[in-house]
Parts: sequence; C-alpha cells; structure tokens
Amino acid sequence: MAYDKFTTLTSTAVPLPLENVDTDQIIPARFLKATAREGFGDNLFRDWRYNADHTPKENFVLNNPIYTGKILVGGKNFGSGSSREHAAWAVYDYGFRCVVSSFFADIFRNNCLNVGVLPVQVSPTFLEQIFEAVYADPNTQLEVDLPNQTITILATGGQETFEINSYKKDNMLNGFDDIDYLQNIKGEIESFADGLLL
Amino acid sequence: MGKTLFDKVWDSHVVRKIEGGPDVFFIDRHFIHEVTSPVAFLGLKSRGLKVLYPERTFATADHNTPTINQHLPVEDPLSANQLKALEDNSKEYGISHWGLGHHKNGIVHVVGPENGITFPGATIVCGDSHTSTHGAFGAIAFGIGTSEVEMVLSTQCIMQPKPKKMRINVNGQLGKGVTPKDVALFIISKLTTSGATGYFVEYAGDVFENMTMEGRMTVCNLSIEMGARGGMIAPDETTFAYLKDKPLSLKGADWDKAVAHWKTLKTDADATFDKELTFSASEIEPMITYGTNPGMGIGISKNIPDANKVEGGIATYKKSLEYMGYDENDVMIGKKIDYVFLGSCTNGRIEDFRAFASIVKGRKKADHVTAWLVPGSHIVEDKIKEEGLLDILTESGFVLRQPGCSACLAMNDDKVPAGKYAVSTSNRNFEGRQGPGSRTLLASPLVAAAAAVTGVVTDPRELL
Ligand code: SF4
Repeated sequence: MAYDKFTTLTSTAVPLPLENVDTDQIIPARFLKATAREGFGDNLFRDWRYNADHTPKENFVLNNPIYTGKILVGGKNFGSGSSREHAAWAVYDYGFRCVVSSFFADIFRNNCLNVGVLPVQVSPTFLEQIFEAVYADPNTQLEVDLPNQTITILATGGQETFEINSYKKDNMLNGFDDIDYLQNIKGEIESFADGLLL
Repeated sequence: MGKTLFDKVWDSHVVRKIEGGPDVFFIDRHFIHEVTSPVAFLGLKSRGLKVLYPERTFATADHNTPTINQHLPVEDPLSANQLKALEDNSKEYGISHWGLGHHKNGIVHVVGPENGITFPGATIVCGDSHTSTHGAFGAIAFGIGTSEVEMVLSTQCIMQPKPKKMRINVNGQLGKGVTPKDVALFIISKLTTSGATGYFVEYAGDVFENMTMEGRMTVCNLSIEMGARGGMIAPDETTFAYLKDKPLSLKGADWDKAVAHWKTLKTDADATFDKELTFSASEIEPMITYGTNPGMGIGISKNIPDANKVEGGIATYKKSLEYMGYDENDVMIGKKIDYVFLGSCTNGRIEDFRAFASIVKGRKKADHVTAWLVPGSHIVEDKIKEEGLLDILTESGFVLRQPGCSACLAMNDDKVPAGKYAVSTSNRNFEGRQGPGSRTLLASPLVAAAAAVTGVVTDPRELL
C-alpha cells in the first residue's frame, strides 16, 4: 500500500517511557478482525487508553492533551511480540510518522518501514534526553531528518545520527514499497525457482 | 571458512543481493490464515497482480475459529467475514485451503509439519511470529507482516537483510518433569525478551539431539520470545523418520535424493557465530512465568525476584507485578489459579496431551478450575481419541474442545476474564493476551496438569 513520502519531520512528541511495549498493547488481538486496512488508529493502545466501558483512562498519555505530535517516543524493546502489521498500521493511522526508541523488535521495525513509519533508534542516553526535554516542555520540537539521518532536539540542539539501510531509506524518501521492486525482477525470480528441487 | 546450517539454507535462497540493502529472498513454503491475509489479497487486487506460485502457499483457518460446535455457522460476523475472505481468496487464486471442518484443519504450525509441507532446508514464512516452529526441521522459518504476505503471494520473495547468527548449546540430561517447554522458558529467562533480537538462533547440544520432533518444535516455536527472528535445529535421523510417509512428503527416489541433500545441512566444524551461549541441562527445573512477558520466568520452586535484581527498568517491572497481583519475593508454589489452557502451536500436539494425561490420570480436576483442552489439529484430536487419552481426560472431569488457536490469543470466545489467573501452555503472557485483564502463567503441559488437578501452582514432580 502506498504511503506518503518521508523527508524531514519536525514535530512535538508523545512520550511513553515504558519498556517492552508489545504488539498486544499496541493493538489487542480482538481488533484484528477487519478485512480492510481502516480505522486501526482508534484502537491504538486500546486497553491502556480506554476502560472496559470505553471511557478514556485519564492517566494514559494519549488522553493527555498536553502531549501531541507525529512522533512517538517509547522505551527499550519497542514492538516486541507478534508479527501483526496491524500494530504498525495503528501507529500510522493514529497519525504518527516516526517512532523513537533505544531498541526495536525486528518484525515491528520491518513492518514500520513497510507501511511508512520511520523507526529511529537512538542511544539510551539520548532517549533519556528526549524524555527529559519533552517532560520539561511538552512543546519541545524534535526534528527527524531522513536524508541526513539525524534526530535533533531543537530546543537544546542535542543531536544523534541513526541507522537505516540505503535501500529502505530510498523507499521511504520516495514513498515506494518492496513490491514495486520485486515486480521489476520477476524474470530473475522465475529462473531461480526453476532450479529448485522442491 | 566453514558455513553454519543457517548460512547454507539462507545463501541458497538469495535471488539477488542489493548493495546497501536487503537480500531478495526466495520462499519455498508460505502459510496463510484468516487474520493476516485478507488485506494482502486486497493489495494484490488493487495492483492487479496474480499469485505467482499458488502451489507454494497453504491456507488454514485457525486464529479466530470457535473451539466448540464447529459444524454450526460462526456467530461472530467479523470472524465469519475473515474466514469467508480466506476461503474466497484461496479459491480465486488456486491455493489449497483447509478451512473450518476440513479434516486437515488446525493451527498452521501444527498442520504444516504433520502433513509434510515443512521440510529440511526450506524457507518458510507466515503472517504469524511463531512460524519459527518449523525451524525444528532445519528450515529457516519466520513470521512476516501483511505487506510481506502480499510480496510472497505476488513474487514468492521478500526483502530481508541477513540476520546475525547465534548458537545456543544445552548439554546434559534433563531432570524428571523437565520438558522442552521448560528448556525454552529457561533460555528466554536468561536472555530476556530482547536478548536475541537481530539474530537467527541455532540450537545445538545433546539436549536437542535427544528431543523428539515435537519437543524441537516447542523450542523453536519460542525463539521469537527472546527476540530472535527464528531458531533452527540441524536435521537428523529423528527428522527424517518423522517426515517419511507424511501425506505431502516426497516419495521414492525423490525422497532418497532429498535426504542425501538434507544430511549435508549441518554447521561445519570451523564455522563461526556472532554469539554463542552454553547452558547445562542440570540447571533447568520445571519453569513458570510470574510477569507480563515470557522472559519473566523462574524455576517453579523459586521466589519472584527482587526488583533490584532484574535487568531493565524498575518501573516497568513493578507495573508488571502489579498487573499480575503479585509481590516481589512471593513464592509461586501454592498460588491459586482459575483457568488452565492446554493447547496452541507451542504445546498442542499429541505428546503434550500425553504428558497432561499422565498427571491427571486417576485424579480429578479441581472444582474451581475451568480447563480448556484444545488440540492443535484434527489429526491430533483423532490421535487423542485413538490412544485412549480422551477416556482418561473425561474420567478426570475434563472436556476436549475442537482445534484452533483458541485462548492463545483469545480472538474467539475462549477469553480468560479480567483478573483471573490462567496457567497456559501457550507462548505469551502479555497484558490482556488471553482476554482483557487476564493474567497468564506460562508453563509446560505437566505444570498445567498439576495446576488443573490441585487448583494451585504445583510442582509436577510431586505428582509424577
Ligand atoms: S496458537 Fe497462538 S501463536 Fe500459534 S499460530 Fe495460533 S495465535 Fe499464533
């Protein structure tokens, strides 16, 4: 599915300083019953965000109007658990374009890149600095610069670079996905398959 | 330099290497189910693409299917819709489909191996993270997202950077009552849920060599819970004996040719790993989890660790214990439980039912315990009946349900109520995994059986 190109994003951030935020929290299994990719943002962090009677839980960060923005900042090992791409869809659909953490689970990172959410891995120290800056002033702007692979806390000037492989980077910059690439080399794939025993 | 088992299988499936990017990676076998495939098919349709090799994809319904009255129409309209989408899409694109009621239906990672779809040296993917199960056969198997399901359908390839390599050795003799599930939970408790992120694991050592295929599947299944992309075990005579004569296994001369190749699939003596860990079997006792991720496991006789003694954030740790209603230093033995779930692709095979039955035989289910015994497939269900296990279970007050994922992810009606404790043989104890507010204690079928008859967390060694 096509997504918007990503170049540079300047935004306030939503802090979620918990570790091991797993995909069952990002989107509980009971919301995986759709046959179309629509409306997942409403159920992002469903059980942390709403009580059983659907009233918002006041102490959860997404229900706190002070914190808004297109960048979600999470604790270590973000996105562990299931392969459900719905977790990345929910993050995207809610309006986040970037997730920052000091460590990402593999499948979640991959899924994010495939749906147009940029996972930015920073050092634990820098992550702390981001949390501190955002808690000190919720209007703190972060700048995520994909071409230069940097993330900056604009108020303090604190900056780090982040890793992304050049292929995925190109895709994000252009809003391409892997299927476009694979379609173009179908002949090569077919001759490879012809040589297989099973 | 020599190659590892993983290198051999990976390198032989790379169609093209992209400079500064991932490998174009060919997939031999692809499993789909009703939950993560509908949107992938929508994507195909909107791009006007075909399924390139329908014979390499297999569909089974499992994630949201009911585990009683499967002959009746599925009540939940959303689930019914997904099941219908799977059926229609399979039909439209010529994919074999084992839907609800089909005699081969069951959990995707149970039916793949038991029908011989899984084979050594294969590359296998599915939109379910426990696809790592198939690594037990010396295959590279891992979970993928829906975008990747679409890629595999349309091109039989995905784009993957090659993971780093880790070997985990466990040597020695497992003690009484210590099962493959305990070995896996023990390893995860040592590595934490992110300890193997970025790695593909090979399990080696005599503990794995001496395991049955079902035990190996349990171990490989749980690889993802320490963050690994997958786990694998070199194929050997145990593997070949298991696969021989399975419905879709190769036959005759083709079989012989394949076996000759499969015998070369082992790590060379001079191959190296990015990381290597070794544990001793004697360190491992029956395990149980006390928190909200699979790394929070301890030997059943131990106390819940002190917050200061665990790695990582104290706040996260305390939040987790609070959710579970437990305190630091609590003893697990004797804690009251409400539900028992025997099933899932981790422990829903015939050996798991044999283990469970061995403890409940001649005893009665505790009155206050609700038990869900869910076979991984119809084939498992049939064996339970054939072997007389059903009689033992019935005699002890248990009911056997019909196959499916069931309370492993609680998408159907098998939900543990808020605040209740469930001893589960499945693979995840995340908050709400088994139903909103549910509290999960992961354990082996033996521990589950002991809890089911006593109503509290019990060391199964006392009942064996
Ligand atoms: S039993 Fe659980 S882990 Fe296994 S395939 Fe089903 S939902 Fe996934």
